[in-house]
Amino acid sequence: MSTTPAPPPKRVNRIGLEVLSYKGAKTTLCAGCGHNAISERVIEAFYELGVQPWSVAKFSGIGCSSKSPAYFLGLAHGFNGVHGRMPSIATGAMLANRTMLGIGVTGDGDTASIGLGQYMHLLRRNLPFIYIIENNGVYGLTKGQFSATADLGSKLKTGTANDLPPFDCCSLALQCGATFVARSFSGDKRQLQALLKTAIVHKGLAVIDVISPCTTFNDHEGSTKSYAYMKEHDEMLHELDFVPFFEDISVEIPEGEIKSIELHDGSTLRIKKLGHDYDPTDKFTALKALDEAERKGEVLTGVLYIDTGKPTFMDVLNMEDAPLATLPESRIRPPKEALHEAMEELS
Amino acid sequence: MSTIEASPAAQRSGEFQQPVVNDFSIQVATVNGSGSQTANSVLMRAIFQMGVPVSGKNMFPSNIQGLPTWFTIRASKHGYIGRKKEIDFLVAMNPETAREDVMKLESGAAVVYDEPLKLDALRSDLHFYPVPFDKLVGPVCPEAKLRKLVRNMIYDGVVANLLSIEMEEIHQALIKQFGKRKAKAADLNWGAAKAGYDFAEKNLAKTDPFRVERMNATAGKIIIDGNSAAALGCVFGGVTVVTWYPITPSSSLVESMMGYLKRFRIDRETGKATYAVVQAEDELSAIGMVLGAAWAGARSVTSTAGPGISLMSEFIGLAYYAEIPAVIFDVQRVGPSTGLPTRTAQGDIISTALLSHGDTRHPLFFPCSPEECFSMAVDAFDFAEHFQTPVFVMTDLDLGMNNWMADRFEYPFKPIKRGKVLTAVDLERLGGFARYKDVDGDGIGYRTLPGTNHPQAAYFTRGSGHNEKAQYTEREDDYVNNLDRVARKFETMRSFVPKPQVENNSKARIGFVCFGTSHHSVGESRDQLKNEYGVETSYFRLKAYPFTQELTDFIHRHERVYVIEQNRDAQILGLMRLELTAQDIAKLRSVRYYGGLPLDARTVTDDIVRQEGL
Repeated sequence: MSTTPAPPPKRVNRIGLEVLSYKGAKTTLCAGCGHNAISERVIEAFYELGVQPWSVAKFSGIGCSSKSPAYFLGLAHGFNGVHGRMPSIATGAMLANRTMLGIGVTGDGDTASIGLGQYMHLLRRNLPFIYIIENNGVYGLTKGQFSATADLGSKLKTGTANDLPPFDCCSLALQCGATFVARSFSGDKRQLQALLKTAIVHKGLAVIDVISPCTTFNDHEGSTKSYAYMKEHDEMLHELDFVPFFEDISVEIPEGEIKSIELHDGSTLRIKKLGHDYDPTDKFTALKALDEAERKGEVLTGVLYIDTGKPTFMDVLNMEDAPLATLPESRIRPPKEALHEAMEELS
Repeated sequence: MSTIEASPAAQRSGEFQQPVVNDFSIQVATVNGSGSQTANSVLMRAIFQMGVPVSGKNMFPSNIQGLPTWFTIRASKHGYIGRKKEIDFLVAMNPETAREDVMKLESGAAVVYDEPLKLDALRSDLHFYPVPFDKLVGPVCPEAKLRKLVRNMIYDGVVANLLSIEMEEIHQALIKQFGKRKAKAADLNWGAAKAGYDFAEKNLAKTDPFRVERMNATAGKIIIDGNSAAALGCVFGGVTVVTWYPITPSSSLVESMMGYLKRFRIDRETGKATYAVVQAEDELSAIGMVLGAAWAGARSVTSTAGPGISLMSEFIGLAYYAEIPAVIFDVQRVGPSTGLPTRTAQGDIISTALLSHGDTRHPLFFPCSPEECFSMAVDAFDFAEHFQTPVFVMTDLDLGMNNWMADRFEYPFKPIKRGKVLTAVDLERLGGFARYKDVDGDGIGYRTLPGTNHPQAAYFTRGSGHNEKAQYTEREDDYVNNLDRVARKFETMRSFVPKPQVENNSKARIGFVCFGTSHHSVGESRDQLKNEYGVETSYFRLKAYPFTQELTDFIHRHERVYVIEQNRDAQILGLMRLELTAQDIAKLRSVRYYGGLPLDARTVTDDIVRQEGL
């Protein structure tokens, strides 16, 4: 009798899925591209929280960043639309089916140039949606032109210096009404993962601006969006610890140093101070800190702002809880009497 | 008080004049923003309530206050509701235009005018009725700031008196207009109308031949504008996501829809809306939301005009190629560019049919009446979901914004059709699917909706090259196969689009082809040609693009076919040229009008007479 060794038990998450169920197609982005690291973090975050992949819808516009949704959550519907207009497509889709979890990936061209208007109006509506900006300050697919997030004086490979000031996508998000605003660095695995998990459970618009270096066109000396620059200028506001509702909070860190923020599904975001005296529930503090950091040449990362109380777009619209998309005919076609009533008034 | 002598025209034409009953047009010339809309609607409605077929056309400027505006009411015992070019009865309230308005009239017309304008000195071949509006308004409207608005209601009374419109109908129309909630406003206006009537009764001697007499030709009919009709069509078509950006002349479509949705589509139990309406930041966003919503399974619609259509161009290419349903109303106005925003045209035909870059082609529906605005709105949703493509419902300012007499709308009893959508149960049975595969040979693939509870439901939608399985590809064969299949879908549409209205006349050697609002004037023109020139015609009204076999059959039956449209470049004829044979094309002639006013029958008749050498 021969004995076959039992295969090692497969690791699954709380809904019984392997991490493989959260992966996407093989990336076609450049080796070392920050965007790939972000895709990895997205995969981990959804896997670890046990989100059902086919209850998620992915959106993007045009550009290198917009290819990303193909590289994670292959079991989720995806929509790669037109340049800069992802917010409108996502808004429509979320209105059609509010039970879905929506995630959009854009770049700095999409968000800060051609799609600036759509970005700002998305923020204003506080749509429940995760909006990730893969921000590298440069147009990759068209081979290395400045984007509108490139810092003043930052240099292209050719040596040309940028002579216009950048848009700060986080400042815009704060001013226009997003209820979760964060900045991170594609190289900071721990922080980015905590931010993504918070965004997943947040009820409202969650913006994460991730500095994601372009190894091909913007990773040289003189660039302010390079790996080297980020390693030197990344100024972490705090240390983050995301505790999902299905796990107990461990009490390793003594009370007092920790600020805990209760999230919509019962999960907790634990924020440990790192030198900065920073209150992420105060919008004014956030705007001031961003402004000061810009002057000092620092890149502030972490949770810039969180507001868990503001009504979402669906609340404002007083929408039905069930998906509008699949309401039965009896609920979307008024009865004969209604038409009769309308006709009587017009006769 | 001065009494009026019979005008020289009446004296010249002798004491007896043949009365002209229920067959004339009234034009009211006012200043924009002076509140004349109420007075005009009441006048139109009163004639309608007397059973006389009536139509109203508002010719207004792109302005809130101060520029001239004209409202034309046509009463027609024959049921003609197209615009009548000749004005028979003028109400001249606007000092700016009064002179020109009077000089343009045909001999024998009547003029009610504000006395200080002294218009009677201008011509001796018209019937003049001076009315001291300012003197009359004071006693009936003590509140000085309301006088400007109430003043207009005085002419309703004067006109009612002169044209024998029953005052009780004016009263009823006023009550209808203001509703029960604004009874006080209705009373104030009623007082003004009575003052006008009494003044005319005592001081004006009727010399013109025009008169309204009670008929029974409007029983069971309604008065409605095309935009409201389309709005109702969407509500009863099961719309769930509505997006828009305000633009004349389409804004009132969604505004009206919001009113009906609030009334008919809030769930009684939960108090929640079974729809979402979003005023977008621009037309780009409006169409983007429509596509996102439709992709996720909503019945979604947006409404716009030419400039909005131009902006939507890129997204429409995406919808065509990624195969996403959408219903888009284009309430056409005069272009190019800003053009004449408050004037009507059929000028977006070619640009919309072929909207966006690359090889694209889109179905267009052409409603001609409020009834069709309603029914085509209902049908457009089913059509868009069946073919998974944008459908444009091409109305125009004349249809959308003017009030039309119409039959009551028929309730859509046919069940709503959602097209080829696979559910989780289907996926379990099939073990997967290929989004862009032509399974049924009609060019239409099967889709799944995001959120479908099945691990095999997902596919990736993209505007870049894709194969049957919706995977990214740049392969030549994949691209060609896919684009050919989408073209096949367009061919399939030919047997699904609304069928044309065809009236073949065995005595006719020539045929007329038109679409949309031209219908009303073309019908009248056919009568003019028959009555005045003895020329018989056949008739073909297109209700949709792509064209159907019926069009070719119609051309074959006739020696010459006149294609009548409201644009400069013969756009619908241009689309015909793309697919008809050279022989058929050689039979086509073009009649075009593009001055911005609704097409009138005389313009058509005159052009046919010229081209036919009659």
